[in-house]
Amino acid sequence: MSELRLMKGNEALAEATIRAGADAYFGYPITPQSEVIEYLMTQRPEKRTGMLVLQAESEIAAINMVYGAASTGKRAMTSSSSPGISLKLEGISYLAGAELPAVIVNVVRGGPGLGTIQPSQADYFQSVKGGGHGDYRLYVLAPASVQEMADFVDDAFEIAFKYRAPVLILSDGLIGQMMEKVVLKDQKDRMPDEEIIEKYGNWATTGKKGRERNIVTSLDLQPEKMEARVHRLLKKYEQMEKEDLRYEKIDCDDAQYLIVAYGSSARISQKAVQLGREKGIKVGLLRPITLFPFPKQPLFELANQVKGILSVELNAGQMVEDVKLAVNCKIPVAHFGRTGGIIHTPEEILEALEQKIIKNGSN
Amino acid sequence: MEVIDIIKPENQVFSKTCLMTDANLSYCPGCGHGTAHNLAMEVIDEMGIVEDTIGVAPVGCSVLAYDFMNIDITQAAHGRAPALATAISRTWPNKYVFTYQGDGDLAAIGTAETIHACNRGENIVIIFVNNGIYGMTGGQMAPTTLPGMRTSTSPFGREIETMGSPLKITELIANLPGTYYVTRQAVHTHKHVRKAKKAIKTAFTNTRLKKGLSFVEIVSNCNSGWKMDPNDSNIWMEENMFPYFPLGDIKVKGKLKQLS
Repeated sequence: MSELRLMKGNEALAEATIRAGADAYFGYPITPQSEVIEYLMTQRPEKRTGMLVLQAESEIAAINMVYGAASTGKRAMTSSSSPGISLKLEGISYLAGAELPAVIVNVVRGGPGLGTIQPSQADYFQSVKGGGHGDYRLYVLAPASVQEMADFVDDAFEIAFKYRAPVLILSDGLIGQMMEKVVLKDQKDRMPDEEIIEKYGNWATTGKKGRERNIVTSLDLQPEKMEARVHRLLKKYEQMEKEDLRYEKIDCDDAQYLIVAYGSSARISQKAVQLGREKGIKVGLLRPITLFPFPKQPLFELANQVKGILSVELNAGQMVEDVKLAVNCKIPVAHFGRTGGIIHTPEEILEALEQKIIKNGSN
Repeated sequence: MEVIDIIKPENQVFSKTCLMTDANLSYCPGCGHGTAHNLAMEVIDEMGIVEDTIGVAPVGCSVLAYDFMNIDITQAAHGRAPALATAISRTWPNKYVFTYQGDGDLAAIGTAETIHACNRGENIVIIFVNNGIYGMTGGQMAPTTLPGMRTSTSPFGREIETMGSPLKITELIANLPGTYYVTRQAVHTHKHVRKAKKAIKTAFTNTRLKKGLSFVEIVSNCNSGWKMDPNDSNIWMEENMFPYFPLGDIKVKGKLKQLS
C-alpha cells in the first residue's frame, strides 16, 4: 500500500530504495547525507527484503562495491556528498566504461575542498560534464522535493538498467535535510537470482553456466575496439535525449521572461515567479528535471518567445553555460547565484531578474 | 608416427584445463603469472565449481587475466578488487569469489581495500602475486621491493631511510581476526607448484565451507623487471626474496602459526 509520511529528503530516498527492490546499498558517512545509511541501518533491510546495507571503509570502496554488485546484475546504490563524490569519480568512470547499471546519489554541499556542509549546486559541472576521466556522461536526475527524492530512486534504477549505465541523482543539502510530506510507493519485489541470471545472462558475471564466459571490463587496448565502445556510449546518450529527457514548464505560456533553475533553486524560483506575476512581470520557470540530457530544444523554442533568461543556481555560474548554448546567444542570458551555503530568497531572485535582464534593455 | 597417434587417452598423463583459454599468454617468458593462473583454474576445474565462480581481475600485469581464465570475470579499478569481491560475495553468498592481484594493486594503492576486506572476514579468496616490482608499467618500485633493489624509480637501490621498508602485507593481514587461512607459496619448481596448488584448493574449500577469508600469497619472479634471465631470476628469488618473505602457512583455521 502506498503510504503518506512526513520525512527528511535523505530518509525518503533511503526508504524508497528499499521499496524499489534494490539489492544493495554501500555508503560512507558524510554530512549532509549521513541519514541515508543511518535510516537504512535502522530499517534492517536484510530482514524486510533481503537487501544488503554495508558501511564501507571509504567512498572509494563503496563505489567499487557498487561496481562489483552491478557487474553481477544486482541493483546497487551508493550515496555521498560533494567531497565524497569526488573520491567516487574513478569508480563512476569505470561504471560508465564497463557499461554497468548503478545509482549514485550526491546530496551536494558547498566547495571547493572541504567547503561547507551547507547546501550548494556547485557540482553541476562535475555531474553533467563528466567529472571522472574519459568520454562518458551520466544520466542526471535533479529532485526538487522530498517527494522526488523518493520517486526518483525507482526511476533511476529503471534508466540505469534500460541503458546499462550509471545514473546520478543530484540532490543538495536543502532537499536532503528538509522535511515534507511524501507518498511512498508500494514495496517492489527484489529480482530473484535465477531471474537475474536469465535476464542479464548476456553480460553479467554470475558464473559461467550453460553459456560462454562473461567479461566485465572497461579496457580495450585495440584502438578500433575502444572507439567502438565510445561510439556505443554516445548512442546511448543520444537515445536518452530522445526518449528520457525530463523537464517542467511553469507559467511559460505567456512568459516574456524566463527563469531556468533546478532542484532547490527551482523551488525558490517558483516563489519568485509568483512574486513577479503579482508585480505584473510576465515571468515563467523552466525546471530541468534531467540535467543530462539537458532540455536544449524546449529552451531554444522559448528563446523565440521570451526577452531574456536568468539562470538561478546555488553556485558561481555553471548551468548558465548550457542555457547560453541552448539558446545559441539569441537573447540575453544572465546568471544569479549564491555560494558558501547561502540560499537565495525569492525577493533576491526577482530583483536579479529585474536588474540583470529586464533593466538591461532586453526588449 | 603422427603426434595424434601418440596422444591417446591411455598415454595421456596430463591435459590442459579447459578453464585456460588458448590465447597466447601476454606474460614474459619465464614469468610465474601463467603458472599461478593455471593453478587457480585447475583447482576450480577439479572442484567442479566453475558455474558458481566469479573472478575479479586487477590492474597490473594480470589486468588481462580475463583473456586467459575461461571463467566469468570482472576487471576492477586499480587496487579495488577486494571491494568488488566483497559486494559480489555478499550479494551472491553461495558463489566462489576470488581476486587475483599483484603487489602494487594489493599492497600499495589498494591497501585499505585489502585490509578492510580481510578485517571483515569476507568469504572470498585472495590470490596475491608478489614479485617485488611494477611489471606492467615497466619496472618501478613496489611496496614489496627489497632493500637495495634497483628499479626504474629506485635507480640506486631502495633506500630504507627515504622509501621505507618492504611491506609484509601478508603478515599484517594474518594478524587480523577476520582472516581464516593465510599462506605464502611459490611456483618456480614442481615441488612448489604442487604445494601452491594445494594451498589454493584449501582456500576455495574454505569458501565452500563459508569459513571466511583465505589469502594465498605467491612469491614470484619478474625476470624482465629484475633484468635477469628466467633461471637467474628464480635463483635470485630464492636467495633474496624468500629470506624476507619466507614460504609456508602463516595462519591456518584462524590460528596464527608460530613462525620459525
